[in-house]
Amino acid sequence: MRLTLRIWRQRGPEDRGAMATYELDGIAPEMSFLEMLDTLNEELADRGEEPVAFDHDCREGICGACGVVIDGQAHGPEPTTTCQLHMRHFSDGDTIDVEPWRAAAFPVVKDLVVDRSAFDRIIGAGGYVTAPTGSAPEAHSTPVPKDAADTAFEHAECIGCGACVAACPNGSAMLFTSAKVNHLNSLPQGAPERETRVLDMVDQMDTEGFGGCTLAGECATACPKDIPLPSIAAMNREYLRAVRKG
Amino acid sequence: MATATAKTPTDRGGERSASGTAPARRLGPLRRMWRSSIGKKTVMAVSGLLMLGYLVVHMLGNLKIFFGADEFNGYAHWLRTIGEPFLHHEWFLWIARVVLVAAVVAHAVSAYQLSRRDLAARPVKYAHRKARTSYATRTMRWGGVIVGLFVVWHILDLTTGTVNPRGQAGHPYENVVAAFTTWYGNVIYVVAMLAVGLHVRHGFYSAAQTLGATRAGLRRGLSAASNVLAVVLTAGFLSVPIAVMTGAVH
Repeated sequence: MRLTLRIWRQRGPEDRGAMATYELDGIAPEMSFLEMLDTLNEELADRGEEPVAFDHDCREGICGACGVVIDGQAHGPEPTTTCQLHMRHFSDGDTIDVEPWRAAAFPVVKDLVVDRSAFDRIIGAGGYVTAPTGSAPEAHSTPVPKDAADTAFEHAECIGCGACVAACPNGSAMLFTSAKVNHLNSLPQGAPERETRVLDMVDQMDTEGFGGCTLAGECATACPKDIPLPSIAAMNREYLRAVRKG
Repeated sequence: MATATAKTPTDRGGERSASGTAPARRLGPLRRMWRSSIGKKTVMAVSGLLMLGYLVVHMLGNLKIFFGADEFNGYAHWLRTIGEPFLHHEWFLWIARVVLVAAVVAHAVSAYQLSRRDLAARPVKYAHRKARTSYATRTMRWGGVIVGLFVVWHILDLTTGTVNPRGQAGHPYENVVAAFTTWYGNVIYVVAMLAVGLHVRHGFYSAAQTLGATRAGLRRGLSAASNVLAVVLTAGFLSVPIAVMTGAVH
C-alpha cells in the first residue's frame, strides 16, 4: 500500500513547527500505525534525515503513551489506541494527517511528542488513597459492594492517554479527572478523602490551563477505554456535594 | 506500621496558579467555587434555569394575544398588580426584573470567563479539522450573544416603546401588532427565537449535567425534555409574529 503522510515536524518546544509531507510505499495492511511510522523512520534514517519523534511504550493498548491525532481524530478512525490501529483501516493512495495532541496544558516537546505531566500533577493533587503499604491487606477486610466495584473498575480503565483533551474543542480534562475521581470516590478505600480529592483535583485541573466542559461529547467518543460521558456529570455531583460539606 | 501519604496537604493544589493568587484550599467554599470551572458552570446552570422558567411563563402569557386585545391588555395590567395589596403596585414586576437582570449578568460573566479559558486551552487548531459536535453545541457562544442583544432590542421595542412604531404605554396589544408590521421587526424576532431554541436545546441538558444528573433514565428524560422545551418555546413565541403577518391578529 502506498501512502502520503503529512506529519507535524517541530524541532523543539520553541520551534514554530510545520506539516511536512512524506511518500511511503510498501505498507502492509496488517501493520500497526506505529509500525508504519517505524518504517518511515527507517527510511528517514537511511536518507540521513531526522526520524519523526513519537511516544510509544507497551504497543498493546494499555499504557496510553502512543497518542497522536490522525486525520483530525485522536488515535485515528478506530476506537482504540494508535498502537492497536492497523493499516487495513486505510486504503492505498490515502493521504494521512498526523498531528500531536493540541492543548495549552500539553506543550509539544518534539514532533508528535507532548508533555503530559499536567495529568501527573492532577493525580498528585488527590488521585490516590491514603493507605498503609508494605503488605497486601486481607482481601475481605474491606467489603466492596458489587455495583461500587463495577463503577470503580469502569473508571479505573482510564490509561491517561489524553485523547479526551486532544479531542475536546475546549482542551478540557474533565473526562480524565472524572475517571480518576469516580474510580476512587466510589470505593470505601477512597471515602476518607472523598471531598478533598474532588476539590483538589478540580483545582489542579483548572490551574494547569485545561478548558471546561461544554458537553460536546468528543472526549467520550475518542476515549479508547470507553469512559462514559456521564462520568463528568458524576464528578460535578461529587464536586457540588464536597462544596456543600465544606 | 508505616503510613504512606503521597503528599502533605500543603503541597497540593494551587501552587502553579498563574496569577499568583492564594491556594484554592485556603479560600472559603463560595470563593473557591466561583474560581473553579465547575463552580462557574454551576452559576451558569442555575441562572440559565431561572431564565428558562421565566421564558416558559412569558411564552404562555404571549399566547393570550389570540383571545383579543381586551384579554391581552388585561393580562398585561394584571402583571402589575401581582402581590397587591401586600406589595405596592408594580413591585412584583420590579422584583422579577431585578432577579432576571442578576441572572443575565451572572450567566454572561460566567460564560465570558469560561469561554476565555476554553479558547486559551486550545491555542493551536488542528490542520485536519472535523466539526463533529452538533450545530446547537457549536453556536452556544454566539447564539447567546445574539439572544443578549435581542433582549436589549426587545425591551426598547415593547417595554419602553422607544423603537416601536406605535410605542403607546398601556396598549401592549396594539404595540405588539405594530412591532410585527415592520420587516425588520419580524426578521430580528424570528432570528432571535431560533437562536433561543438552539440555546435551550443544548443549554437545558447541559445545565442538568452540570448539576449532576447521572441516572440513565433521568438523562434520557432530560434530553427529550430539552428538545421539547426548545421546540415548544420557539413555536410558541413565533406564533405571535406569524399571526400578525398572516392577519390572524390585527
